Amino acid sequence: MSGTTDAHSSLVVAGVKIELIERGQGNPRARPILLLHPNIGIEPAAPVLDALAKGGRVIAPTHPGFGASQSPKGMNSIDDLSYFYLDLMEQLDLRDVLLVGVGIGGWLACEIAVKTTERIDRLVLGNPLGIKVGDRETRDIFDIWSITQPEIDALAYFDPSIAKRDYNALPEADVLAAARNREATARVAWSPYMHNPKLLARLRRIDVPVLILWGTADRIVLNSGYGRAYAAAIPGARLETIERAGHYPHIEQPDEFARRTLAFAEQKQQAKASA
Amino acid sequence: MRVYQFTEQAYYPAWKDHAGSLRINLPNSKLDPTTAGELFNRYYDEWQVADDIGLDIMLNEHHQTATCLSSTVVVGLSIMARITKKARLLVLGYPLGHRPDPLRCAEELSTIDVVSGGRLDMGFVKGVPYEFPASNQNPVGVMDRLWEAHDFILKAMSHRGEPFNWEGEYFHYRQVNIWPRPIQQPHPPLWSTTNSKNNAYALGEKGYVIATLGSGYGTRPLYDAYRQGYYKTHRKAPGADRFAYLGLVAVAHDESEARRRGDLIADYLRTSAIVHIPYRNPPGYLSIEDNAKILKGFKQPRGTAKDGRPVDIYTCSVQDLVDAGILFCGTPDQVYKQIVEFCEYCGGMGNLLMMGQAGYLNHADTVDNLTLFAKEVMPRLQAWKQSVAEVAAA
Repeated sequence: MSGTTDAHSSLVVAGVKIELIERGQGNPRARPILLLHPNIGIEPAAPVLDALAKGGRVIAPTHPGFGASQSPKGMNSIDDLSYFYLDLMEQLDLRDVLLVGVGIGGWLACEIAVKTTERIDRLVLGNPLGIKVGDRETRDIFDIWSITQPEIDALAYFDPSIAKRDYNALPEADVLAAARNREATARVAWSPYMHNPKLLARLRRIDVPVLILWGTADRIVLNSGYGRAYAAAIPGARLETIERAGHYPHIEQPDEFARRTLAFAEQKQQAKASA
Repeated sequence: MRVYQFTEQAYYPAWKDHAGSLRINLPNSKLDPTTAGELFNRYYDEWQVADDIGLDIMLNEHHQTATCLSSTVVVGLSIMARITKKARLLVLGYPLGHRPDPLRCAEELSTIDVVSGGRLDMGFVKGVPYEFPASNQNPVGVMDRLWEAHDFILKAMSHRGEPFNWEGEYFHYRQVNIWPRPIQQPHPPLWSTTNSKNNAYALGEKGYVIATLGSGYGTRPLYDAYRQGYYKTHRKAPGADRFAYLGLVAVAHDESEARRRGDLIADYLRTSAIVHIPYRNPPGYLSIEDNAKILKGFKQPRGTAKDGRPVDIYTCSVQDLVDAGILFCGTPDQVYKQIVEFCEYCGGMGNLLMMGQAGYLNHADTVDNLTLFAKEVMPRLQAWKQSVAEVAAA
């Protein structure tokens, strides 16, 4: 990894070249914070990156297929991506990782953690998707491909104006990345839609502390009991809400999201110190 | 030249009663099943007329739409296989991108070929964008899935001997051994549609018939890409029989009557784009580059007139449609000349897919339209010797 601070660097894991953002790399012994982005990717300008870097070294990769990261043939599920990140943590020899995931990134974090938490210290999930709660004729998650982008934004954000982009004013690479994010999301979440039918029953395997941060203005998730169902399925998981934030609490309330995330990580440190 | 009569088998009674979408989410309470049955039978009657007067027949399917009642084209094909005698039966398209089970496809199509006495032409297509929410097949990777389904179907149709096994990326079968196998060996002829030069080149390499739908005076670059692909594997130029074009056709002895019919048939175009906006471009259907252009507000003009002028085929006049080569319309003499001029522009085109019925064009007018074409236009087209374009340098 390079030491750039304000743009992407690149990394090859298992033959797949991805882009990633790194922050707070000054202290290699600092706690690794692996941030797994939602369907919209992660921009280097996102304030949550520096806010999280106050409590560790942030590694925010772009998932294979998203942004400018390669899309290897056959990698077409969140399950596939979970193995990619197990490889990534091993290759970088990350230990005691604070694994943070939002939206489908929260789903991805859980798919990793149900396999092994060997390198994971704890999990913070922001409005995670990925489980099936309602009955077969009741959608838990809005069909985002049945509405327009402004309608999606109105459901996803507390303040939809944050989502506005003038694509004619953006660099071509950013426009292509936005197009790839949309395609990559469908590649992994078209059907079963935004969930893995088997995940709910597997969540019991997660044996590290878990904090779920729920942006209360999220109307992409239709089921009002979704966050509670998630918390109930993971032993000892805690559910907290974040006001004035929707499906992307790390974008709409970056300081609050980072503060709660880091405070949750500190509890462990204190517990260890007093033990 | 061969001429295939085509109708979308519209449920036009619902066309004036929708809330911005004729497809996918138009509630089926707008459909009266008895009326639907009457329409199906009327369209089948018209195809039977087409068979009687020497035309070939093209069928297709769409899903959850008032623009096309045929949601399971195997039913229409089955009936045509039984009630017609001579016509080729072209299914264009058979949407493999929406099909979960290519084994079933191979069985259906082989059965049609057998019952029809070997008259089936198989037009494999990926399917229109807005029907992915209906089929729930993933639009991402649809071309890879289509080609695997294609490979499997051809293998299933042509394989002899012990049952074979298939463990592919998308499809898994054990003990494949279809009954019946098709009459046409090793399999019925293959067709496909495209509006991209890359796909046209790939179809050329395979030598399948390339069909373009309403591409008008923007067709030549697609055909030339096909010619280059064809030359690469065949070391000769493709004949006109490798090219097909879907045009709207309205003919009458009286020019103003032809224009009236043309205007009614053009309602096909005017209604075809009435689709709930988010369904028009599902993720993964278009390339990343095309989607980036869409994000920047780019809109592709949908038609081009002979003189290069862009034409909006969804809203333009009958005359614009004629100028764009979308609609062949007028007296038999005028229609003959329009088609010849278009074929010459194409550098050779040997299969006219004739939309001789659409929307509100009633049964009597449709039969008259088809009959006049068969009597007074088709013999001249068949007597006309097309020159075939050489392959342009790559």
